Amino acid sequence: MNRKAIFAATGLALLAVFPLAVQNPYVLHLLIMTLLWVLLGQAWNLLGGFTGQISYGHAAFFGVGAYTTGILVKSGLSPAAAWSGLLLGGLMAALIASVIGWICFRLRGPYFSLSVLALAEVLRLVAVNWKQLTNGAEGILYIPAFRSKAHYYWIILAIAALAFVVIRAVMRSKLGFYFLSIREDQDAAESLGIDATKYKLYSLLISAFFTGAAGSFYMNYLGFIDPGIVFSIADISIMMILVTILGGAATLAGPIVGAVIYILVSEFFRVWFKSGHLIFFGILIIVIIIFFPAGIVGTIKERRAGRKLRRAGAARESAAA
Amino acid sequence: MSLLELNDVSKRFGGLMAVGRMTFRLEKGEILGLIGPNGAGKTTIFNLINGYYAPTEGTITFRGERIDGLKPHVVCIKGLARTFQVVKPLARLTVLENVMASAFCRTDHREEARRIALEATAFTEMEQWRDRLAGGLPLGMRKRLEMARALATRPELLLLDENFAGLNPAEVEKTIEIVKKIHGSGVTILIIEHNMRVIMSISHRLVCISYGEKIAEGTPREVADNQQVIDAYLGVARA
Repeated sequence: MNRKAIFAATGLALLAVFPLAVQNPYVLHLLIMTLLWVLLGQAWNLLGGFTGQISYGHAAFFGVGAYTTGILVKSGLSPAAAWSGLLLGGLMAALIASVIGWICFRLRGPYFSLSVLALAEVLRLVAVNWKQLTNGAEGILYIPAFRSKAHYYWIILAIAALAFVVIRAVMRSKLGFYFLSIREDQDAAESLGIDATKYKLYSLLISAFFTGAAGSFYMNYLGFIDPGIVFSIADISIMMILVTILGGAATLAGPIVGAVIYILVSEFFRVWFKSGHLIFFGILIIVIIIFFPAGIVGTIKERRAGRKLRRAGAARESAAA
Repeated sequence: MSLLELNDVSKRFGGLMAVGRMTFRLEKGEILGLIGPNGAGKTTIFNLINGYYAPTEGTITFRGERIDGLKPHVVCIKGLARTFQVVKPLARLTVLENVMASAFCRTDHREEARRIALEATAFTEMEQWRDRLAGGLPLGMRKRLEMARALATRPELLLLDENFAGLNPAEVEKTIEIVKKIHGSGVTILIIEHNMRVIMSISHRLVCISYGEKIAEGTPREVADNQQVIDAYLGVARA
């Protein structure tokens, strides 16, 4: 095992035992929300950051995951059993994604981005109007299965860690190389033997699955959803993009950094500015995009690579002299 | 059976006939040069062979099998690779990663892809550039990266689209050497080139096209002496 792996394992172990040391529900709540956003950021990043297919409507998959679980409970499943929705919600999201991907990924350009935005809105309207299934605008409410926040913390930690490991493995495999090739130049990718339509769809399926699982977790944890919350353009679709870009799109650590900053900044300013707190996150995003267009992690990586290159260049010159 | 056959291939863009009734054959082991004035339709022919466009009429066969209308990635997997005149490096990937991405065409394993990529970059003499980002390469190296990537797909037929354009004389010599090396390893080559010295020296046969139609075909000498070819390049004097 290399140093990075030991570091990651230690970090994960520390995170896992954290609730044993700290039982403050507010602190745990913040950590749970951070991990939820790590998961969402990772999911969006695989498709948008690594594969270059920008989605403006990932709330569609989040909402489908959340409603899958909500409807399971509403139709008589116990809240404890509703955890099966994590898998089912993910699969439902992937199913919806496969339809839109199959149609849109034959085309290039903004078609997918805009279609998925429309999809989220269509699903929101379906959720509002199909009252027998979804309770309409009233939403779905139930008493969550666990009292202690620690349980939720461990579950979301496990899913977020799983997503990280899966996406990391994907990005080191043939699949990952193909995703990056499609992002960089689809014509070149196709002439090099890459079926762009198929591989874009694979990326979307993985991304939608984890987003759906995140939505299902959200329902299980908060015990309440309505169409305006889970299909929200601003709070889910756009926020997934901002969290990823803030931390650094197309980096594995980026969404983690982005999620931590998002939750800290919004909590910090919420105390004084109530719902005006998002303004500060918005200002932060503007500053980051102007001064660190590659995001925080992306910029650090770029500078490091630049230093390495200069050192190598200097070494060559001194060897030549 | 020829390796590649174009039979009466036409491509129309609205009212414009970009390629008209193009017919030529390429035998295994040959280097065939495709020449013609700017806008004659040379790159369009590559785009037709490679599957980027489907022909309006006519058929293209590769190893006796129809490939017209197939998608570019399918054509590539069948053993027909190309380079782009306007280079298309995967800018934010390193040179080695660029070549690995195309090596995955023949394997699912990362280590094997890496081995093929190391081989292809060595073959094209790009060893020192492997860890550089492709987007930061000088033009000469970008052109060479195009060749390394195409080679990593293990092609039987390689289409080279102006790989000499914009190179300095030393790079031109090096590229001639590499193209000959590629040919020596058993790859058949179809090449578009404006540099007459290069194309005359490396091609076995030439096809000259003008306004989308074939106007001459033969050995480099025959084509260079053909009056229609001279007229196409220099214009016709009107008394």
